[in-house]
Amino acid sequence: MNVWLAIIGMALLTLAIRASFLVLGRRWVFPSWLARALHYVPVAVLSALVVPMALAPGGSIALSWQNPYLVGSVCAGALAWYSGRTLPALLASFVLFAALRYFA
Amino acid sequence: MSSISPGLAGARDTVPMLVGAAPFGLIFGALATSSHLTPAQTLAMSLLVFAGSSQFIAVGLFAAGTALPVLWLTTLVVNLRHALYSATLLPYARDWPLRWRLPLAFWLTDETFAVVEHRLRSGMVAGGAAYWLGSSLAMYGNWLLWTLLGIMVGQGIPGIAGWGLDFAMLATFTAIVAPQLKTRPALAAALVAGAVALWLRALPYQGGLMLASCAGIATGMLLDGKRKEAA
Repeated sequence: MNVWLAIIGMALLTLAIRASFLVLGRRWVFPSWLARALHYVPVAVLSALVVPMALAPGGSIALSWQNPYLVGSVCAGALAWYSGRTLPALLASFVLFAALRYFA
Repeated sequence: MSSISPGLAGARDTVPMLVGAAPFGLIFGALATSSHLTPAQTLAMSLLVFAGSSQFIAVGLFAAGTALPVLWLTTLVVNLRHALYSATLLPYARDWPLRWRLPLAFWLTDETFAVVEHRLRSGMVAGGAAYWLGSSLAMYGNWLLWTLLGIMVGQGIPGIAGWGLDFAMLATFTAIVAPQLKTRPALAAALVAGAVALWLRALPYQGGLMLASCAGIATGMLLDGKRKEAA
């Protein structure tokens, strides 16, 4: 397989997807129901990304305190929620994750 | 806040995302070069494609000798969520010239979307494009740097993929989404999206991710409509 051709194709496809709506500019106005729907894109997509990674890191569901991915991400989320500061929340969760992984 | 330029503010607000993406760049550089790609091809992929999850999947498909059309179709499907991001940000960017919108679209990652959407929604009056550019360049530079480091050191560190470095991205995304769950429709959207994604996690091409996202969006919208009627 031609790796370079593969990479160029991937690059063009990815750009086309990312530019799909942004290239439209003023030529298209969203109907109001769609604008309302897009309001929930960040929360929905991020939750859909995060939940399986936290609850089933190896593929099967691990609902347990011994699952460092679950405990660590709950810690990151809770600290970010209470403090509103992302970076300290992240660093604390990294420490907890490492501790659980290597000492638990 | 007001004392620094919008571009720098965008980069600064993206710093937590840089921390989350760094290990992925490192692992990508290491895996790709110890698999089927030359260092130049590995770096070119980060430089031209700039989409972490599809880059990882491509390395796996190269190793399996997958045919080009299948690889491209997979890229398309895996990156489809970026079309949602593109649509979500269009209302803010509609009046910017194409020479701004096109490069900003090229750099539109999960992380930059999360940071920029949050800032624009909370009412950034001027400098939105510069803020977005600052976030984009920070992510891009970071991704290239860590890919390069992965290429250089990765092969010398066996088993780096098993270190649990993937936790960095999970923690970053969780820390972004948690503070946004302050209204009932947002919370419901998150719970439904999360539950459906967990349920459908075995679907190929991250199909579960798209279906779960749509289910979450529909839930949020439905409750949002009810709340407005009640008010």
